[in-house]
Amino acid sequence: MTADPRVPMLPPRLMTLARRVLVIRQTGILIPFLFTFVALSIISPSFFRFQNLTNILDQQAGIIIVASAGTLVLIAGGIDLSIGAIYGLAGAVSAQVATSVSSPVGILAGLGLGLLVGLINGLIVTRFRVNALIGTLAMSFVVSGFGAVLTKGNLVVAFDHPDFQQFAATRIFGITSAAWMMAIIAISVGILLSRSTFGRYVYATGGNSEAARLGGVRVNSIRVATFALSGVAAAMAGVLDASRVLSAQASSGSFLTFTVLTGIIVGGTSIMGGEGSIRRTVIGCLFVALVANGFNLLGLDPFYQQITLGVILLLAVGIDAWSRRFS
Amino acid sequence: MALTQDVHLDIRGLGKSFGATRALDDVSVEVRSGSVHGFVGENGAGKSTLGKIVAGVFPPDQGQLVLRGTPVSFRSPRAALERGIALVAQEVALVPQLTVAQNVFLGVEPQRGGFIDRGRLLEQTEQLALEAGFDLHPNALVGRLSIAEQQQVEILRALGRDAELIVLDEPSAALSAKEVERLHEIVRGLARRGHTVILVSHFLNEVLELADTVTVLRDGKVVQTNPAASETETSLIAAMLGRAAGRAYPEKQPPPADASVVLSVSDVRAPGVRGVSLNVRAGEIVGLAGLVGAGRTELARAIYGAAPAASAGMAAGAHPLPGSPSGSLKAGVAMIPESRKDDGLLLQRPVRENVSLTTLPLLGRLGFVRRGAEREQVGVALDRVSGTQRLDAPAAALSGGNQQKLMFARALLAQPSVLIADEPTRGVDVGAKRDLYQLLVEIAARGVGILLISNEIEEILGLAHRVVVMRLGRVTAELEGPEMTEENILAAAFGTAPANAA
Repeated sequence: MTADPRVPMLPPRLMTLARRVLVIRQTGILIPFLFTFVALSIISPSFFRFQNLTNILDQQAGIIIVASAGTLVLIAGGIDLSIGAIYGLAGAVSAQVATSVSSPVGILAGLGLGLLVGLINGLIVTRFRVNALIGTLAMSFVVSGFGAVLTKGNLVVAFDHPDFQQFAATRIFGITSAAWMMAIIAISVGILLSRSTFGRYVYATGGNSEAARLGGVRVNSIRVATFALSGVAAAMAGVLDASRVLSAQASSGSFLTFTVLTGIIVGGTSIMGGEGSIRRTVIGCLFVALVANGFNLLGLDPFYQQITLGVILLLAVGIDAWSRRFS
Repeated sequence: MALTQDVHLDIRGLGKSFGATRALDDVSVEVRSGSVHGFVGENGAGKSTLGKIVAGVFPPDQGQLVLRGTPVSFRSPRAALERGIALVAQEVALVPQLTVAQNVFLGVEPQRGGFIDRGRLLEQTEQLALEAGFDLHPNALVGRLSIAEQQQVEILRALGRDAELIVLDEPSAALSAKEVERLHEIVRGLARRGHTVILVSHFLNEVLELADTVTVLRDGKVVQTNPAASETETSLIAAMLGRAAGRAYPEKQPPPADASVVLSVSDVRAPGVRGVSLNVRAGEIVGLAGLVGAGRTELARAIYGAAPAASAGMAAGAHPLPGSPSGSLKAGVAMIPESRKDDGLLLQRPVRENVSLTTLPLLGRLGFVRRGAEREQVGVALDRVSGTQRLDAPAAALSGGNQQKLMFARALLAQPSVLIADEPTRGVDVGAKRDLYQLLVEIAARGVGILLISNEIEEILGLAHRVVVMRLGRVTAELEGPEMTEENILAAAFGTAPANAA
């Protein structure tokens, strides 16, 4: 990074300190993640198996896709609580349309719905200046309500349309298409965030929206775009999960919102906006998944799993707040 | 006037730094009981910082406060208040939704059986107001009061907590002439009743009129402490500026006589701006002077499109200004905002990203940033402003001067034809100030028209080719050549201008 000859070096002592702080902040959850990974490999014989590891990836596909887009929303200074509702509605609609029309149309219908809700979220937050937390919470009720009305509260099944299942469950090199899509989406969003002008504007908007605006950034458009992406990603996750099990329940997404936020924040993206990365989010989500998987494999009481997750989340937020005081 | 000569507050060797800026350096002053003690100095001399340390807003890095012979250290304004020291700050800190009485006794309400005793609350507030001679209704909502009245509420709040030492930080900055007069009576009244007053102000006449003793600060150090009676405005200014010329300004390079108009605005109206027309020519530095609250920043923001405004026309050369920052940048207008921390910097982001923010589309291809091109351009821009080359350091790690140079580099990268610089030297040290003056002159010499807003008249006189003075949202004078004097600017700013109003 400092190969540029124009960049003078800091005094060595400061440099070490700066590096150390940077390393701690950047690696963040990576060390606990690796520790847990190694520990589980040693303790549980069934952990470090191809089957188990690819299962984790497959199960986490939806969550990491939503969390990647959700990271953009958080960095831009927003929050999206409607992802669970979008996930449920999009899954149900796509399964329904897949049975009544065709699988591709079903998939597109689900994604389109997510885009629509995301755009509405964006407009509510920017145009009508509603606080993102409240605006998307309200939208989550509206969307879930629509889902319940459309499906009459029933499970939507597509068991007779195995082609719909191919979307999520096709295995390539032994890994499901859902997991591949997760990898492609996470990497794409990561590159978008770190290399594109849009990504820069996302950081600027969340870091200091007034400075960004005065600097010529159309902060409202940036915010709308992050919510739109979040909506599409939530729908994508809903469609993938519906496709995997060939059924969907419109009300199934309530857990997702908080799992996703936990993953993002444990990863080290700040809830205050302006900071974060996709890599951190992916590791954060996988860490949460490992903890859950570990409890499973070791046959521990799932209640302790909740307590553990809660403590991890508190620690993550606490460390963020603490490090901000010194930055 | 001081009857007793005993020391109320002994300030011993205070030091305080903010990042790289040394705000106070070994400051020692004795404040006598019952006196009005004035602190004067240029912006950034450290007078407000001193007042805030005395009132417990932040702790000193070095030194000791000794209150009536007892060493004290305050961990919060509340702790200072318990020892009888209250701060009436530049920005009033009241709850607008509450009444006068509720604000005065906020946190120390008279109680009966766990409930607020409303009768006594009103009674005590009325009593306090009466003693102080304020015409405030205890049930009036604070949000509806004028700033002068809100200040009175703050003073009542201090008195209501038996404060013996009251720190007034720039109390008259936001007041009208009449309100200032009233404030002066209030300060005299406080002293008469035995209160000690620390008066931080950059209005020298005010300090001379009210204070018993005046301390002059310069660059965080005490220059002198003398009885006010032995000082004059001239002697104070001389002490504030220090040895001889104070700051050296680069030589002025007047724009060519046929320089075209690069910015013209006509009848701009916005909150705080009541119909302003002005123009700036290529290569010209136009100083915008006036008191705090005269509407200068509001005008700048209106022109740049940072705040909604109406006008009979705003244009940068041939490009009409659309009233949005992104549109203004496209039309060739860049602005360096008044508060770089609030409105300018992305503190956590690297210098490189901060500088390239407005020109990112030009540094990108297909929506992606060309990082090599970005580094190069940012490096060149920072070089031009002699700024830091630590491209990957977060903006928060830079000194005030370097942060401001970063803002200049950002503006220059946009290749503007007009630069609006709002208090560009605020909160930077003397050396960096000199660099920034040089830079402003260089930018103008390259044909950019500059609209320079500054609270320091000296700065305006030292840099501007022409001065526009605002008062209460209107232009009250336009001064050029020999008319550009401190007296004329002040007269127009205070509304006592003779015949040369524009």
